[in-house]
Amino acid sequence: MSSLPAPAVRSGRAGYWRLVGLLALATLAMTFVSLAIGYARLDLGMALADWLAGRQTLEALVLVELRLPRAVLGALVGFSLGMAGAAMQGLLRNPLAEPGIVGISSAAAFGAVVVFYSGFAGAFALALPLGGIAGAILAVLLLYAFVGRGAGTMTLILAGVAINSFAGAMTALALNLAPNPYAALEIVFWLMGSLADRSLAHVWLVLPLMLLGWALLLSCAPALDGLTLGEDTARSLGFDLNWLRARLIGGAALSVGSAVAVTGAIGFVGLVVPHLLRPFVGHRPGRLLLASGFGGAILLLAADTALRLLPIRPELKLGVVTALIGAPFLFSLIYRLRREA
Amino acid sequence: MLIEAKDIAIALAGRPILRGIDLTLRTGQIVGLIGANGAGKTTLLRILANLLPHAGSVLYDREPAQAIGRKALARRIAFLSQGGAVHWQMRAEAVVALGRLPHRHPFADLSEADHAAIERAMAATDTTAFRDRTLDSLSGGERMRVLLARALAVEAEMLLADEPLAGLDPRHELEAMALLRRTALAGTGVVVVLHDLTLASRFCDEIILLHDGRILANGAPDEVLGDEQLGLAFGIDVTRGSRDGESFVLPWQPLDQGKVAR
Repeated sequence: MSSLPAPAVRSGRAGYWRLVGLLALATLAMTFVSLAIGYARLDLGMALADWLAGRQTLEALVLVELRLPRAVLGALVGFSLGMAGAAMQGLLRNPLAEPGIVGISSAAAFGAVVVFYSGFAGAFALALPLGGIAGAILAVLLLYAFVGRGAGTMTLILAGVAINSFAGAMTALALNLAPNPYAALEIVFWLMGSLADRSLAHVWLVLPLMLLGWALLLSCAPALDGLTLGEDTARSLGFDLNWLRARLIGGAALSVGSAVAVTGAIGFVGLVVPHLLRPFVGHRPGRLLLASGFGGAILLLAADTALRLLPIRPELKLGVVTALIGAPFLFSLIYRLRREA
Repeated sequence: MLIEAKDIAIALAGRPILRGIDLTLRTGQIVGLIGANGAGKTTLLRILANLLPHAGSVLYDREPAQAIGRKALARRIAFLSQGGAVHWQMRAEAVVALGRLPHRHPFADLSEADHAAIERAMAATDTTAFRDRTLDSLSGGERMRVLLARALAVEAEMLLADEPLAGLDPRHELEAMALLRRTALAGTGVVVVLHDLTLASRFCDEIILLHDGRILANGAPDEVLGDEQLGLAFGIDVTRGSRDGESFVLPWQPLDQGKVAR
């Protein structure tokens, strides 16, 4: 991947933390932009003052019930997708890898669809996220059944392909057998991915799972650096590759599974962001994790803000926007890789 | 460190690769591992580096690998894998620094000792000049030297190198062998997979000749590189010579008629 200039080739440790600091600040700034922009005119200061004083004004309600969950979830989901993408690429040593590739996203989506279909979604609000997480966990267990002890990277990719096809087929089956067109439509819209109309309850549900997932992924940073020189070298440097795979897949399942569960399928963030940031961290897969987390949050918040500013109604789904940005990007990436090969 | 392998056997995909391997490796000497393609050299090296489950036992200073622990063993044995794949285009110096991972807490910064080891390894391999270049901007031989520097930076008791000369020009081949020899003289045990019999005969203290998954001969170069053994292992003749009291062998085959006529 030499086509992008490497502006921070000699990125020392200080340079790395400066980059992370900048990205964190930008994430914070984008969160505020996302809070400030919406369909209703909102005086943020007044809304905040009302909320803190416990006054149930319209402004306070818009801020806490609509804007805040949307902005916070955008940051959390983007962070999860960006970091999980970087982690998967480090593990598989392939810039095309994404949480989607090992089947976690589609299995989570299928889990949520089952909940939709069975009618549990109407029974209690958190059934949907729980279904998504269950799907992600199922994907991980299936991966383990396939990959087992000491299997290579290729097996992992093929297992991902199999899980993806299976989850896709089961989702299609659910749509096919949907009892009424409205249910099918609801599923289709949900699958497109969106941050709209989520609540703070969603945030509290997914936050601990995501934090655990992030911690697992970040713990893999040094091993991912070692893996740059291949599996034998990584093991000769003292890393346990089975344990590494377990942490990476588990971490990706927790963070991506819970993200998909509350927002639907939002693709390509884990592909685009690590690719753009890689030159800034000296191509070190370990350092890419945190940077891609913040990068993903920035990208998702920016896309979600942009689609609210666009004069297109009904509102574009966030997953549609990221796919429209990401798919051409994927094509160019494949084209470039093919040329380099 | 003393590595003792006893009765090693391994089959991959149902095909026996190694059988009945017994050998002892010591620090302070350079051992050449030679044999035809498919003789089992890489497999044996990986087993010695504790990278492959196998039958039989490998003891490190009379202890099994499990008793020593993953990280401790990584500090004591450096492994340079064949082929030299580098999956992300990191700077040469960052690649060499990976060799220091076993020596520190994974999230700690490089210490003074780490920096010194990196400098030594890069100076020894003549790679200091391209420390800031990314690996994809280097030639195959330059990349190989950076990877050798990575393995040297571990400063382990034992260095197991699988074809470290692949892609090197004649000068750097000689320099790499001289470097491995200096490394051995300084007290490290070096095991190196080689295809160049001439270099093996000149630079190695001891040679292990693998043939068909077994050790055909093991000992000093002039004992191992006999006509009969080389004929059996490689199906070739060698011609012998000496210069300045140093003897060497050269793989030899009479030119065929077509070439002679030319």
